[in-house]
Amino acid sequence: MSEQNLKTGPLEYRTEHGRMNITGFWIFLAAEVVLFSTLFATYAVLIGRTADGPVPSEIYEAKSALLMTFILLTSSFTCGIGIHEMRRGSKKGLITWLIITLILGFSFLGLEVDEFIKYATHEGVTLQTSAYWSSFFILAGTHGLHVTFGTGWLILLIIQVFQRGLTNVTSQKVFIVGLYWHFLDVVWIFIFTCVYLFGMVM
Amino acid sequence: MEKKHSGKIPVKHIIGFALSLILTIAAAWVALGSGLPVGWIIAGTLVMAVIQAAIQLFLFMHLTETEGVGHGPWNMMFHGAIMVGIVVAGSLFTMVWAFDMGDMNMDMDKQHQNMQQEQMEHDM
Repeated sequence: MSEQNLKTGPLEYRTEHGRMNITGFWIFLAAEVVLFSTLFATYAVLIGRTADGPVPSEIYEAKSALLMTFILLTSSFTCGIGIHEMRRGSKKGLITWLIITLILGFSFLGLEVDEFIKYATHEGVTLQTSAYWSSFFILAGTHGLHVTFGTGWLILLIIQVFQRGLTNVTSQKVFIVGLYWHFLDVVWIFIFTCVYLFGMVM
Repeated sequence: MEKKHSGKIPVKHIIGFALSLILTIAAAWVALGSGLPVGWIIAGTLVMAVIQAAIQLFLFMHLTETEGVGHGPWNMMFHGAIMVGIVVAGSLFTMVWAFDMGDMNMDMDKQHQNMQQEQMEHDM
């Protein structure tokens, strides 16, 4: 990593400040990986600890879990296209794709909140039901909280790009929010597999 | 360098997206429609999840882009993955599998009995 500013390459890598921020964000993501690993470990240990309450196979629905997965996968894709447009120098393209990403993010959150409310009111499954369901709500809820935070972050950045255009600083910020958004999809893939799919077969 | 990032069609992203969709549907089919034994379902869907995570990292997150940030991203994610393995497998090992390996309670009972016997012999 040289001191001087580069003249070529993606805008977000051109200043040393930008390169440092991006490296730092990868370190943050590694910490996030470890945070989620503890939640997954708790969940894995508590599988089957339903204390005579409802068991996961009678609660989870394949349709809604798949729909949430497809929405989040698509939002990760549209976010990637946004970064691609940014690197082509298209401010309009970037903003358009980020707004699509944001709408998909909100759809995902809506479905998740709807799911949690349905569990609590119709199925009688809450944080207090059993050790298994506590770990489920904490794991899925922490991911949902991250998505919520991500949507707020996206809104602020869309406004900033709209006002300031594509500069070294704004492209570095958008690149970082993109990394964050893709990372949330990585976590969700494992929630879909280890929570919903395993829950339906075990 | 500029050229690499400015193609009109984001080929990498489209390939990654298509593969993700296929893998998601395949994982759902393996779990719900294939009728395989549970052990195989768990192993198969986990492998597919890891491949999907790799797709996100390599095709969407520019993990191997070294021009700006060196090998930092790769190091972070590689060691992160190792930590996940240790934390999850370690927790399962200490808190679940150790008890399923069986005979732990029996051994304790035996020990207890032996101790009682010794105590009795001692008293006599």
